[in-house]
Amino acid sequence: MKDIVEIRWHGRGGQGAKTASLLLADAAFNTGKYVQGFPEYGPERMGAPITAYNRISSERSTVHSNIYDPDYVVVVDETLLSAVDVTAGLKEDGAIVINSSKSPAELRPHLKGYKGKVYTIDAGKISEEELGRNFPNTPMLAAIVKVSGVVQPDEFVKDMEASFKHKFASKPQVIEGNMRALKRSMEEVQEG
Amino acid sequence: MGIRERLSGNEAIAYAMKQINPDVMGAFPITPSTEIPQYFSTYVDNGQVDTEFIAVESEHSAMSTCIGAQAAGARAISATSSCGLCYMTEMLYVAASDRLPITLAVSCRALSGPININNDHSDAMGVRDSGWLMLFAETNQEAYDNYLQAMRIGEAVDLPIMICQDGFITSHAIENIELVEDEKVKEFVGEWNPKHYMLKKGEPMAVGAYATPAYYIEAKRQQAQAMMDAKEVIKKVGKEFGEMTGRTYGLVENFMMDDAEEAILIIGSSAGTAKEAVKKLRAAGKKVGLVKIRSFRPFPSEEIVDALKNVKAFAAMDKDDSFNGHCGPMYAEVCASMYAAGVTAPKGINYIYGLGGRDVRVDSIEHVFAELEKIADTGVTGETYRYLEVRD
Repeated sequence: MKDIVEIRWHGRGGQGAKTASLLLADAAFNTGKYVQGFPEYGPERMGAPITAYNRISSERSTVHSNIYDPDYVVVVDETLLSAVDVTAGLKEDGAIVINSSKSPAELRPHLKGYKGKVYTIDAGKISEEELGRNFPNTPMLAAIVKVSGVVQPDEFVKDMEASFKHKFASKPQVIEGNMRALKRSMEEVQEG
Repeated sequence: MGIRERLSGNEAIAYAMKQINPDVMGAFPITPSTEIPQYFSTYVDNGQVDTEFIAVESEHSAMSTCIGAQAAGARAISATSSCGLCYMTEMLYVAASDRLPITLAVSCRALSGPININNDHSDAMGVRDSGWLMLFAETNQEAYDNYLQAMRIGEAVDLPIMICQDGFITSHAIENIELVEDEKVKEFVGEWNPKHYMLKKGEPMAVGAYATPAYYIEAKRQQAQAMMDAKEVIKKVGKEFGEMTGRTYGLVENFMMDDAEEAILIIGSSAGTAKEAVKKLRAAGKKVGLVKIRSFRPFPSEEIVDALKNVKAFAAMDKDDSFNGHCGPMYAEVCASMYAAGVTAPKGINYIYGLGGRDVRVDSIEHVFAELEKIADTGVTGETYRYLEVRD
């Protein structure tokens, strides 16, 4: 991993992109990193485009601005590809991870000539099948961990299991579904 | 050696409050400080503190509650932002002039209008002359550390104290933090044992009495003296805190200032972003530096003059405007400090920046230094009252 990895999340209000960025910060924190996890706040409403950010580093970053040249971009809602310039500033040696049932090759034409790696994951389908509802943030979190390597995948799985056990102590069935969603996402994420 | 955690700035303040376990909190919610009383009320509800939590109907009442409680002999706290701080203003003056060392956490936010929830320093700077001590934090860590020092400082000089951080930028961002163990906090902060208080048996007293012209100005002179005395107290408490944690605090933080020819003065979270710009420019051979103001009240005039006396050019960065047609509040006080000390060689300009949450990037600060370099090279100051990165 580089000394500092910067990640930008694009989602719509209510989809959990902010929560996913905070969970990623938690996971990286638990492996000894310095982390920042923060959303860009505005008039919040369901469905409006929102942006959240992560800085993950071996030394504390003192920078408190938004991220303009990210190493990775995560798109939680495919419909944002036509509404937001999701690849703006994205480094070519980085990657974009999109929640979609389409292949990376099908989506690349919508990415304004971005030359870096494109990954897709059908987080909606995984979530529907494993959790019974469309909560794409857990599979998206797993996909970006797999793609970026900011946390070792097995460490991440162990850490998430502990955190789900804590969070859903009274609902053990949810823990299993979330764990299956995480693992499937790490296996099913497609590179193109 | 401390507890490794990750918390947002608001969580960190609420956690410090829990560790201190004050007697009374009077609070009314307003974005972006709402989480502070929200998290703290959970500690109250769970019995982790025995604070009397008083949910009131306005910020004016929140501060009135604190005044009543503190005058009675209790340790009182509150938290607010933006228009909430404005609405407290009348009572802020009462708290300061009654010499009640209340502690107020402020997650700084712009003022209306246009209506905006994001960060700048208009709220805190708007009450800068209310007689409160004011410390500003760059990070969640500093917000927490300043809060742990607040009561020691306020109670030593009988003045209320505001612990300010940047709304959303630090208040809502999760970052690493090193917490101090509970028992160490308790020992460091100590108990408040006021000499005089309203519930003291055998010493009936009035608080907030009328003062005729024969007495009023003497009361104000004493307040002014307390503010001057606070400088040494802030340094002493900051040094003791450093002995406990390894994190020492003063009135200002000088960053790469030793041989600096161009410098900026800045407050809050953007100081961290600016440090990155300073490091980049230093790596490119530029003699640049930064002065971060931690204590705005009392104003560290000697320390600033000392830091700036050998630079060729400086920029005072105000995250708010005085709307006086020529400069923001920090620039005015920096220039007054320099002139009073007879230091007039450095050329100084003022930038109004970051209003209403306009993002401040490393590039933004590099632009300021590029302007300072031009001034240093040519000796021509040009316009002193400037807005940074604004569309015409």
